Amino acid sequence: MTTSPRIIGRARRRVDARAKVTGQTRFADDITLPRMVHCRLLRSSQPHARILNIDTARASAIDGVHLVLTGDTFPIPYGILPVSHDEHALCRDKVRFVGDPVAAVVARDEVTAEHAATVIDVTYEPLRTYASPTDSLAHDEPRIHDYGDHGNVHKAVALQFGDVDAAIGGADHVFEDVFFFEGSTHLPIEQHATVALKDPDGKLVVYSSTQTPHYLHRALAKALAMPAAHIRVVATPNGGGFGGKSDPFNHEIVVAKAALLLDRPVKICLTREEVFLCHRGRHPVLMRFRTGVTKDGRIMGLDLQTLLDGGAYGSYGVASTFYTGALQTVTYQIPRYRFRGCRVFTNKPPCGPKRGHGTPQSRFGQEVQLDKIAEHLKIDPAELRLRIVAPPDSVTANYMRVRTIGLAECIRRVVERSAWKDTHGKLPPGRGVGLACSSYLSGAGLPINWNDLPHSGVQLKLDRSGGVTVFCGATEIGQGSDDVLVSIVAEILGVDPFDVRAFTGDTDLTPVDLGSYSSRVTLMMGNAAIQAAQRAREILASAVSARLDVPLDRLVFAERRVFDSERPEHGVTFQEAVCMAEARVGTIGTTGSYTPPRSPARYKGGGVGPTPTYSYTAAVVEVGVDPDTGWITVPRVWIAHDIGRAINPTLARGQVEGSVYMGLGEALMEEQAFRRLPSRLSNALVHKFPSMLEYKSPTSLDMPEIFTDLIEHPDPEGPFGAKEVGQGPLLPIMPAVANAVYDAVGVRIDQIPVTPEKIVRALKAKAAGKPARVGPDAFPDVPWPETLFVTPPSEGGDGRASNEPPKRSRSKPDAGIEATAGVRS
Amino acid sequence: MKIRLNLTVNGEPVDALADDYKTLLEVLREDLGLTGTKHGCELGECGACAVLVDGQPLLSCLLLAVECAGRSVTTVEGLAAGGQLHPLQECFADLGAAQCGYCTPGILMTAKALLDREPHPSRERIREALSGNLCRCTGYAQIIDAVEAAAHANAPERDR
Repeated sequence: MTTSPRIIGRARRRVDARAKVTGQTRFADDITLPRMVHCRLLRSSQPHARILNIDTARASAIDGVHLVLTGDTFPIPYGILPVSHDEHALCRDKVRFVGDPVAAVVARDEVTAEHAATVIDVTYEPLRTYASPTDSLAHDEPRIHDYGDHGNVHKAVALQFGDVDAAIGGADHVFEDVFFFEGSTHLPIEQHATVALKDPDGKLVVYSSTQTPHYLHRALAKALAMPAAHIRVVATPNGGGFGGKSDPFNHEIVVAKAALLLDRPVKICLTREEVFLCHRGRHPVLMRFRTGVTKDGRIMGLDLQTLLDGGAYGSYGVASTFYTGALQTVTYQIPRYRFRGCRVFTNKPPCGPKRGHGTPQSRFGQEVQLDKIAEHLKIDPAELRLRIVAPPDSVTANYMRVRTIGLAECIRRVVERSAWKDTHGKLPPGRGVGLACSSYLSGAGLPINWNDLPHSGVQLKLDRSGGVTVFCGATEIGQGSDDVLVSIVAEILGVDPFDVRAFTGDTDLTPVDLGSYSSRVTLMMGNAAIQAAQRAREILASAVSARLDVPLDRLVFAERRVFDSERPEHGVTFQEAVCMAEARVGTIGTTGSYTPPRSPARYKGGGVGPTPTYSYTAAVVEVGVDPDTGWITVPRVWIAHDIGRAINPTLARGQVEGSVYMGLGEALMEEQAFRRLPSRLSNALVHKFPSMLEYKSPTSLDMPEIFTDLIEHPDPEGPFGAKEVGQGPLLPIMPAVANAVYDAVGVRIDQIPVTPEKIVRALKAKAAGKPARVGPDAFPDVPWPETLFVTPPSEGGDGRASNEPPKRSRSKPDAGIEATAGVRS
Repeated sequence: MKIRLNLTVNGEPVDALADDYKTLLEVLREDLGLTGTKHGCELGECGACAVLVDGQPLLSCLLLAVECAGRSVTTVEGLAAGGQLHPLQECFADLGAAQCGYCTPGILMTAKALLDREPHPSRERIREALSGNLCRCTGYAQIIDAVEAAAHANAPERDR
């Protein structure tokens, strides 16, 4: 029988807390093995150049150097998305950004490897550097890559859902705004590290700080041309990920190859500067919103264009491009919608998925524009949003399925708790409040490699000791996935979370979970864990029911016992129950799997955006702005998050507050920016400040007081009703800051980060009678591809485009391995 | 060149041979196997490597090991005593102050130095004391809560 949860929903110490507070969590760089040698990479000093020659003779001759590798050893390309396998472990014929790895040295210690790397001579022939998207759009040749849509355009997409021009044309008001969102990086405190070795059987083992061991496993198999079954990838607990450890990386493949060649363990730990160069962070995005609204604030149609600075490689970029347009409709009702997005290559470290993946940029634009619309229509910004919140259990114009939606409650909660009605527009000059909302996926609805396989698998082993062991490929990156896994199993089997042992993120020991990205773990792993645990419970219950002569539906699993709900003293210990079951049916092991429901989107590009259910967030940010210096302080943030159900409220609160923190960093100070070296040097395009001192991130002194509310209405798609919490709460922070600055000093900063310098500039413009605004003026001409027309569901559409081009055949040589792509090209 | 180092680590005398160029951080992690102390930059920017040297919180990445000869070093491995976690560790574990756990050892040591000096600091003092330790996961709030709770826990160790 079902009882009310004893563990789920209770604020608890996480199961891996002791290891973390005693320094015993073993991160990748904490691994030291006998005979281990060390690797350093030589990275390109040129932003874009052909490699004419690499002379490794001097490096190889240094005492203590075991191996020097160049691109010749790595002929096979790889990449996270099947549509952009554009990376080699070491560059072969050209380099594409300052920091692109060109050679590797393996030596007895790091100092020797570092020294040897400096005496490798590389001869480059410089090529034109592309420093910005406008550069890349203006010049087709030379191309940074010989694939992509054309010239230096990696990917351009155009989707239209209903007659958006007619909708906007018929609107009472049309608002047009251009915004820019600067790139930022994850800045995990742990630098990426990897240890690779050949095990005694001759198989490859790779320990790495990766969020996606399954995808690394695939990339290693491909790039090293080895059977995947002969490779074991172990994801060590990540010392922070935030999306930055989600790609297969050069250094992982290099040390794997070196370990195979040398037959001894090889370690690499990146320097902080190299972590900045690995990047895969937030894309800088220029965007144009053209929105038609009725006089009472209802959106008739939205025409959105985005331009993404992708950096030097594909990474997750095709998905990132679609994400800049996928989620506008799941927050607010937008009956007709056109989205056009374009990602270009530039000679900078590649961009990819950072917390919110592609959605924070256009969320910023939409929420700031709504603030402008509300002001123009003289409607309170909170009231305006309440009028247009998307309905529950609906399908949007772009075929995203909305399940439960607690957004209205989130808005009401932060409005009430922040005393919004007494403060917005009513605080003295220099003080202001701003409101914004957001939504995010509880896991991507489609896998990166399109196939029919489960997204998450869980195995459970129960033995006569009463021990419960759970195995899952999910990766602990600090978010608490091990705790979620264990607490769900413990809840269902009636034991304590600390009775359960978890093995996670190990491709030899654990069934596949696709990885810690897209906020997918709690929902997908959680549902798989429920299935595995319920199956185990049924086996135990049958045995106990037969032995005690108690009907199955009266058995309770709680307090490490299995007993009759009507006579609680009549029962057995959990261990006795396991023994009874093992005697009855043999060794007890169960499995659980989870595959998300099928999305109604059938058009090309509709694979990005679907999820089992969306989370929702509303936030109010209070700022103080010094009108002379532009200095911004943030004393208070109120945030309410529709989480469905909090598995462990301690961890959920930590995710919300961590998101507020990271959002404030992006809003106020963080910039992955670049500069040219002086021409007396090379004039090369380099990272402006690849150090933690100068790449500013908030400290404990910069943090506001945060008032967190978890809105809990269980969602039928989630385990015990849970939705995501790791990413969504970041998204409203940046626009809420910009809206609060407007409330404080009456200037619009349509550009992230909102810095004192920009505020002063806008205040000066305002004083001079010019528009009180800092931000981009125009959106460039982009050669958009033919638009795919999709009729919205409300107008009788079936989810397909009316002009869908024929599907490409699957005749690629690796089609059997890669199947087709999650993002079809 | 290797040099001989004599120092006290977590209350135990250590007699080690280590390369003369190594930082205290490197000797702790690589020569003494004490990997609880972490690194995030090795340039004194992040605070992850903070340890106590004669009771003072110092960044072990900026100290040469030879500078620590004859001194007493305490790392996160020396925080628990007699099989009992330090109150700071208990509170960090209970209150969600450790997410990924990577900055945690440096923050614990910095917080211990604070509580050793000021058993009942204000929230503002805690924020100030920890402002040189970067954490990317928590937003600091649960860390500050945990230090405050540990200060209120009337820790037996501090009363000794």
